[in-house]
Parts: sequence; structure tokens; C-alpha cells
Amino acid sequence: MAVRIQREDFDLGEELRLIRAGRRDLGALVSFTGLVRDRHGEAAITGLEIEHYPAMTRRALEAIECEAAARWPLEAVLILHRYGPLAPGEQIMMVATASAHRAAAFEAAEFLMDFLKSRAPFWKKETTPEGACWVDARAADEAALARWHAPARS
Amino acid sequence: MSLELRYFAWLRERIGLPGETIETGAATVADLVDELRAREDRYALAFSDMGAVRVAIDQELAGLDAPIAGAREVAFFPPMTGG
Repeated sequence: MAVRIQREDFDLGEELRLIRAGRRDLGALVSFTGLVRDRHGEAAITGLEIEHYPAMTRRALEAIECEAAARWPLEAVLILHRYGPLAPGEQIMMVATASAHRAAAFEAAEFLMDFLKSRAPFWKKETTPEGACWVDARAADEAALARWHAPARS
Repeated sequence: MSLELRYFAWLRERIGLPGETIETGAATVADLVDELRAREDRYALAFSDMGAVRVAIDQELAGLDAPIAGAREVAFFPPMTGG
């Protein structure tokens, strides 16, 4: 289980290789990578600034990770999120989940993404040719949490 | 009591500060927001729509009616947009 919050870019392949290294018990390794798009609707995006709340971010991500580990039989979890100025095409963040079977790994990865979208203290500011503006939270992201509100598996 | 305040994203920009230390007698987050609104227009503007503001007390999400007795740090920010 690991949480990393960093300004620097990351090597997705290397992160996944490290999770697998020396292990023979993993049957499934799922990863998701968030990228900076160059458009938001009609608007061209020239950059993305990610602000966070350092004193709270790690605690919030670890809580989300613990909740996932309580719900699914996970052998490994990585949540890595960048902050600072990013350009279109750059990697913003990744999650990886490893388990004996794919269903747990897929579901846990979706759960992690749904929670860190609206429960981890990050804020995105997009730069466009017309100026910069803070990205609004989407109602759909909040709604996505609802499907996980069943109690954790015993 | 003495309290550390933290502001993020557009709240930080509207208030013009990343944070500050204040003396307050507020019992709840809502009381604290009322105190801040009364200070200056920039606070009144930042806190004009509390539906768009989230709160954390000592780095844990909290509601507007949450008590702040004994808290060290209260943070105000817009809904989070991670991922």
C-alpha cells in the first residue's frame, strides 16, 4: 500500500514493474492514468495548475486506500498524484491495484478514482487563451460516490 | 482562542491570503464564517455562497454546524477536483 504526492512526473511502466517485482501471487494488475487534455468543451487548454492541501492530502488518500483494502482482497495499491503546473499531454495521476483476480482489481481501481475525484483535497485551474479558471466539481462525480455507499464487505 | 485558517483555490484568491492566524470566540464553523464575513468585503464575497464552500477542521472534512472548540486549523476550499 502506498501513497505518493509529488511535483515530478512518473514512469507508469516502472511503477507497475515495481509492484510486480518478485511476486508470483498476483493474478491481476489494473492501472488508471489521468492525463491533461488540451480541450475542455469548446475551450482550448494551454495548461493546468494543481493546488493541494499538503497537511490533509496524504491523510485523505491513505483513508481512501484503507477503505479500498477493507472492501476488496488487494495485494497492492498505489495512489500517485502530482501537483504544480502541468501541460496538455502530461500525466496528472495514477492508481494501481493488484489482486489475485481481476474483478477485485478493477472494482477497487474505480472506487479509488471515484473517491479521490471529490474527497481528496486537490483543485485544478485551467489556463485558456482567454484566461485562467478553476475547474468546477461535476455533479456526476459526486453521484458516482453513491454506488459505493453500501457497507464494507465483512 | 487562537486558530489557524487556511484558504485554497478561488477562496485563497478572493481573500488574498493563503492563510492567517486569528483570535476567535466562535463556537461553530458557521459562527466563524459570520465573524469573517463581518470583517471586510473580500471575506463577505468569498463566503457569499456557502453551498460552494467545503470545510476541514484539523484536516478532516466537517460540516458548517461542526464545533471548533479545541481545533487548531480550519481550512476553507471549493469542492475538490482531484483525479
